[in-house]
Amino acid sequence: MTWIFENWERFWEVTEVHLRLSVVPVVIGFVLSIPLGWWASRSQTARAILFPFANILFTIPSIALIVITPVLIGVKILDEINVIVPLVVYTVALMVRAVADALAAVPGNVVAAANAMGFRPLRRFLTVDFPLALPVTIAGLRVATVSNISMVSVGALVGLGGYGQLFTEGYQTDNTDKVLAGLIGTVVLAVLADGLLLLIGRLLTPWARVGR
Amino acid sequence: MPGYAERVKVFGIYIQGGPIGVVVATGGIRRVIEFRAVTKRFEDGTIAVDELDLTVEAGTITVFVGPSGCGKTTSLRMVNRMIDPTSGTILVDGKDVLTVDPPTLRRGIGYVIQQAGLFPHRTVLDNVATVPLLSGWDKRKARTRAAELLEIVGLDPAFGKRYPAQLSGGQQQRVGVARALAADPPVLLMDEPFSAVDPVVREDLQNELLRLQAELDKTIVFVTHDIDEALKLGERVAVFQTGGHLAQYAKPAELLSAPANDFVASFVGRDRGYRTLTFLHADVPVHPVTTARLGERVTITDWTLVVDEQNRPKGWLSGVDGEVEVAEKDLISGGSLYDGTTLRGALDAALSSPSALGVVVDDAGAVTGVVQAADVIQALAKARAAGEVPK
Amino acid sequence: MGWLFDPAHWSGSTGIPVRLVEHFGYTLLTLVIGALIAVPLGAFVGHTGKGGFVIVGLSNALRALPTTAVLILVVLWAGLGDFPVYVALVLLAIPPIMAGTYAGVRAVDPVTVDAARGVGMRESGVLLQVEIPNALPLIFGGFRGAALQVVATATIAAYTGAGGLGRFVFDGLALQDFGQMLAGAVLVALLAVLVDLGFAGLQRLTVSPGLRPVGTGGKR
Ligand SMILES: Nc1ncnc2c1ncn2[C@@H]1O[C@H](COP(=O)(O)OP(=O)(O)OP(=O)(O)O)[C@@H](O)[C@H]1O
Ligand SMILES: [Mg+2]
Repeated sequence: MTWIFENWERFWEVTEVHLRLSVVPVVIGFVLSIPLGWWASRSQTARAILFPFANILFTIPSIALIVITPVLIGVKILDEINVIVPLVVYTVALMVRAVADALAAVPGNVVAAANAMGFRPLRRFLTVDFPLALPVTIAGLRVATVSNISMVSVGALVGLGGYGQLFTEGYQTDNTDKVLAGLIGTVVLAVLADGLLLLIGRLLTPWARVGR
Repeated sequence: MPGYAERVKVFGIYIQGGPIGVVVATGGIRRVIEFRAVTKRFEDGTIAVDELDLTVEAGTITVFVGPSGCGKTTSLRMVNRMIDPTSGTILVDGKDVLTVDPPTLRRGIGYVIQQAGLFPHRTVLDNVATVPLLSGWDKRKARTRAAELLEIVGLDPAFGKRYPAQLSGGQQQRVGVARALAADPPVLLMDEPFSAVDPVVREDLQNELLRLQAELDKTIVFVTHDIDEALKLGERVAVFQTGGHLAQYAKPAELLSAPANDFVASFVGRDRGYRTLTFLHADVPVHPVTTARLGERVTITDWTLVVDEQNRPKGWLSGVDGEVEVAEKDLISGGSLYDGTTLRGALDAALSSPSALGVVVDDAGAVTGVVQAADVIQALAKARAAGEVPK
Repeated sequence: MGWLFDPAHWSGSTGIPVRLVEHFGYTLLTLVIGALIAVPLGAFVGHTGKGGFVIVGLSNALRALPTTAVLILVVLWAGLGDFPVYVALVLLAIPPIMAGTYAGVRAVDPVTVDAARGVGMRESGVLLQVEIPNALPLIFGGFRGAALQVVATATIAAYTGAGGLGRFVFDGLALQDFGQMLAGAVLVALLAVLVDLGFAGLQRLTVSPGLRPVGTGGKR
């Protein structure tokens, strides 16, 4: 723990990078997965294409994806985009399923009632389906966020920033405290992000808590 | 057109469905169940059963009936120690159940629960064989026994290979009963076993249970909140009142004719007088009826009952002018059939018939005559005069 | 792709077959150790219904642990070798297996469990003969999720000099040999798919046909 206080500025610096590298992909991935998940919840074909594809994406080791990305999109190996793109991919792979499952679980009679009241499709999606699907979606988002925060560290193995740098430097200099500092930082960040999402979920879906 | 023919057909299957050639081992053991000042208070303070004193006679069907939440299930589950009482004693055949270790006790007591509660991962046959296997029978013997039991409860043994999810609700209930009977326990506990099926299937299952019991001679405790089911199945009926009190414990006829208090009176319902007829057996005069066969040319002047080759009822024809050919399409479907058992059946046959004439049939389903509502009322008056109907 | 199909890379003590077997070995032993820890815990808590929050909390905390850091820490404490790899990977495998087992046992219809007690099963019988067989689909779900993660993450073992397919990724990185890195990644993905297929086969063999959804006709 002492390492953190003695090297506060450095610690804060890697925290900022770590946060940026994990939050940006979650946001992008989440936004992308909403239309995809909606498509998968409506069409058998979409599921047959998207779900196996998502599964295969999961099997690619993060370190491999991180080193392949620069070659594929033609940027330097030390660009932050090399962590962001793979994490967006993982987030989408995870969230498509979560969003599709969540939308599929919206009670059919509610949807029918909304249709009967004359909602147009887009409006119905935004005001009925999506809010009702939020609890399950947010549960998926929590998993995606926590695993992203833990995965950003892998980028350090190829020299990128974040807490992972504390791991590799600690390893090379035999400094256990430095590794521990990074580990604690990661876990704390994950717990905070998870708690925040839990809170947001509760505020957004007050109806989910009554009558239980 | 749901005419007489189909009813008779249903009846025919029911008669054929009997356990012909299947040996049922009862061992002749009969057990008494005694509740002595049994109270159950749950941790949250709810008193589910309050000072219950009751003796379930050996070899009878005793029904616990009452409104939701009155403690029927709790009382039942204390017998096989699924729940232990807070105070008081329950004796099965004179032995305090608390002295027996629960799994051992339960293997000697059949238990049928609502929704059947079958094991979804096991075939029907293995579901039925569960208790024999637990009791250490060898697999072959347990399976043979299970197949026998499927037949006893009226299921084709071919169902044995299926999984519960592949059965209808009524079939699942039958399997539930078969599983409870598998190790031939002298005591059977049944908790709303037929509540999840439609009225027609339920009646089938009830009849099947009565038929089974006639052979098996078990001590059965049957829980329901349906008073009609209670009155039909119970040799003795215990009416529970909310709060876990036993309001009355009596034979069905007595419950109807002499309810112990207002609660029982209102619970047994408004049709009490009509229901009482179920328990009255009196001679009602059977009148002859004009019959005709399909395809015959007849002159019809009054209500005529059309019958098939075996003299079983098909439907009615009302008065027509001149000679006509009896055709299936002209038939007016009839009401219920009276098989000569209770006054209620006779009255219902007469009231539900388009001709106001209740068709009387014999065991084979052949027409023997008709009864009229007025005659039933008269028979009731006679029975009352003779003191057979308590006020 | 040339690298992958060069016969020279398919033989010797650092060839593809050896690395594949090493990688598979890490995965298998990790899953066995993980199962020995996670299945009893998840099953027990699921059966008694007590301490569910411990399972959820523990799973979440373990999920947040960065595998790289665990690997490095154990190497710094205990030295190089396979031991740190197993510690890191087992910690990764535990949460999904434990959560799957717990959720599976919890999700068994209470009526079914009640019936199991009602016919006179002892608690061990209720768990082993009824709850676990009925929970198998979800337990397998947990295992398959764990297997995917372990196969993918075992790649990192090579960072601290251990074996497995990760060698190709890290050696390729050091040599700026893109072909070798790509070959490593493809092989890992391939192995993951094979392992998943293996589990799917095992699942078909062990899960009772009575638990398969019936009449799944089109709708939705
Ligand atoms: N485990 C429990 N903890 C607390 N209260 C309970 C428990 N089980 C039952 N009760 C309460 O005890 C009372 C009797 O319950 P019981 O299940 O015996 O009713 P019942 O007569 O079988 O009703 P139903 O017809 O609805 O099945 C009810 O008020 C019920 O809420
Ligand atoms: Mg009940």
